[in-house]
Amino acid sequence: MSGIDAALAGAPRARAHHLAEIVVRFRELGIVLALLIVVGGTSIDNSRFLSSTSLQQLLSGAAIVALLAIGETLVIVTRNVDLSIGSILGLSAYATGAIYVHHPGVSLVLVILAGAAIGLACGIVNGAITTLCRVPSLVVTLGTLYVIRGLDASWAGGNQINSSSLPDSFNELGYGKLLGVPYLGLITIACVIVATYGMRSYRSGRDLYAIGSNPEAARLAGIPVDLRVFATFAISGAIAGFAGVLWLAFFGSVDSTAGTGYEFEVVAAVVVGGVAIFGGSGSVLGAALGALLLNTIASSLVVINVSSYWVQAIQGALLVIAIAFDRLISLRLAPALRTRRSTRE
Amino acid sequence: MSSETARTAPAAPTLLQRLMRWESALVLLLIGTVVLGDRLSPAFLKSGNFFYVGLNIGEVAIIALPLALIVITGEIDLSVASMLGLSGTILADLTSRGVNVWIAMAITLAFGLLMGLFNGLLVTKVGLPSLAVTIGTLTLYRGIAQIVLPNSSLGGFPESLTNIGVVPIRGTQIPWSIAIYAVLVVGFAVTLHATPVGRAIFAIGSNQEAAYFSGIRVKRIKLGLFVLSGFFCALAGILFTLRFASARYDAGTGLELNAVLIVLLGGISIFGGRGTMLGLVLATCVIAALQSGLTLHLMSPQDQNVVIGGLLVASVILPNASSIYGRARTRIASAGARRASRRVTPSGGPS
Repeated sequence: MSGIDAALAGAPRARAHHLAEIVVRFRELGIVLALLIVVGGTSIDNSRFLSSTSLQQLLSGAAIVALLAIGETLVIVTRNVDLSIGSILGLSAYATGAIYVHHPGVSLVLVILAGAAIGLACGIVNGAITTLCRVPSLVVTLGTLYVIRGLDASWAGGNQINSSSLPDSFNELGYGKLLGVPYLGLITIACVIVATYGMRSYRSGRDLYAIGSNPEAARLAGIPVDLRVFATFAISGAIAGFAGVLWLAFFGSVDSTAGTGYEFEVVAAVVVGGVAIFGGSGSVLGAALGALLLNTIASSLVVINVSSYWVQAIQGALLVIAIAFDRLISLRLAPALRTRRSTRE
Repeated sequence: MSSETARTAPAAPTLLQRLMRWESALVLLLIGTVVLGDRLSPAFLKSGNFFYVGLNIGEVAIIALPLALIVITGEIDLSVASMLGLSGTILADLTSRGVNVWIAMAITLAFGLLMGLFNGLLVTKVGLPSLAVTIGTLTLYRGIAQIVLPNSSLGGFPESLTNIGVVPIRGTQIPWSIAIYAVLVVGFAVTLHATPVGRAIFAIGSNQEAAYFSGIRVKRIKLGLFVLSGFFCALAGILFTLRFASARYDAGTGLELNAVLIVLLGGISIFGGRGTMLGLVLATCVIAALQSGLTLHLMSPQDQNVVIGGLLVASVILPNASSIYGRARTRIASAGARRASRRVTPSGGPS
């Protein structure tokens, strides 16, 4: 940080531009750096933190929140927010369990498709209400958060579905590994790659940033704003549904409270990952790394023997610091960026 | 958005137009809920039930008051329930250490001011979006509560105080929290609708820049509102703790959503600049009556969530129903015109 400061203050203009460009282009580098510091610092205290089992656990633990963060990023980039993902995840996870209870022999692919379809249906409802009725998504998804959780709870009642009702092939999905990398991690990495490519290189992906930067201008420029926003909600819902299936595979049992409070955890990960809460900037990779960072910090606090009672407070403090830090950096960079832009023009 | 909606010149509102507002709909909704509640259960309109209805909604209703003002300025405070929980644990911790309960309450309220100040400074001085900040402090405050009071509940309050959760004000059926709420509502309504500060709050929500350039101290007012929110959350936390005669670190988890629900159902725009205290109070009554009626009808809290969530979604759709209809008509009409023009000039494209 101090190095950047010094460079920005004293260095000639061209150099400042260069640095600014690097920091802005690779915002994710900062998160990776923080991640390395956390992992490094913890492993000095306890070398087993760097063991392959521990790293695998870190990856699978963060995978589901990271997956949800992908969908949430798409939505937040367009200056909307999806608060219903936790409820969608819960509904889909319970539905998956119920499918296995009633039809024990059903194939894995079908189950995954069913989970994603449930999520997609919920996402379509969110998107349709938000775009057709032009109402704030915060309100709509807060409402569907209640509705979907309520449907889930009245369906599940006090019932709990345990791993004994689930086939081994399904549980394998949560714990299995390929070349030492857990399936959950692989799935999330694959989704991040696909989403990153889509957001960077496809016109519809770029449209999302335009919409988030200035919805009115995007509309006037001929971007089908409603269609794009609708699609992001549908995708976010489908991802949450898919994540519900993985959630059940990972945790092995499900009741009506699955995924409660995930919405805040995911939004936190997205914000830590450098996605602007009012849209227009940020990347899927950053959001996924944000989820990984938050999860790693939580685990490392346990490893270095911080009382588990302190974990939540420290996480909250770090979250506030991360948001403030991000803001300070962008404030420092704003003048440099402005000159860069003007010289280009 | 504005490019598509037809703009009509503002005419003097007729009586009908004046009656066509969200508050009227809420009144109808409230009447409907009460009638429904009476149908569902003979106990609904008993005066004893009124006491329990008030008791259940009291704390959230108090939290919703400052939250409404914050939402009108275009910000949001999601940390309210965590502030409530933390205040309760501090009160219990102090009294268990032998501090006089009244002094402990004063310290708790002061701590509430501090929590609100922290939120407010991050929003106004550092310039962070309140949505992000208060999601952070939601976790932070709840986490501190867990440090103060890990894993157990702590009681030991004098019975004269914990009675406020069981006994109404003498001679009436009014719970103490509702009495406090009633006084506060008057104060908030006067401040919002009849003072320069209230006008400033609306101005900030409508157009922050314009408000700033017309001499309104935007940041100071926002900071003040966040501090106010902290204070009243602490007050609600004290009431909540006394009602259950014990404090837990997870007390009131998720209440932030209920508070936001009441604010939004009250017709207060999430984008700021619009809303009335009347709407807020009516929405509070609707939610309270609905919860009570459905509970007496033996509907599970989960099923109630479906009803309440659906109501919230409906509450944002219905006020826009006419503009949605209008937009659909324009779209159909313009599609028809396009088709017609294509028929006239088969080559297509503008000449």
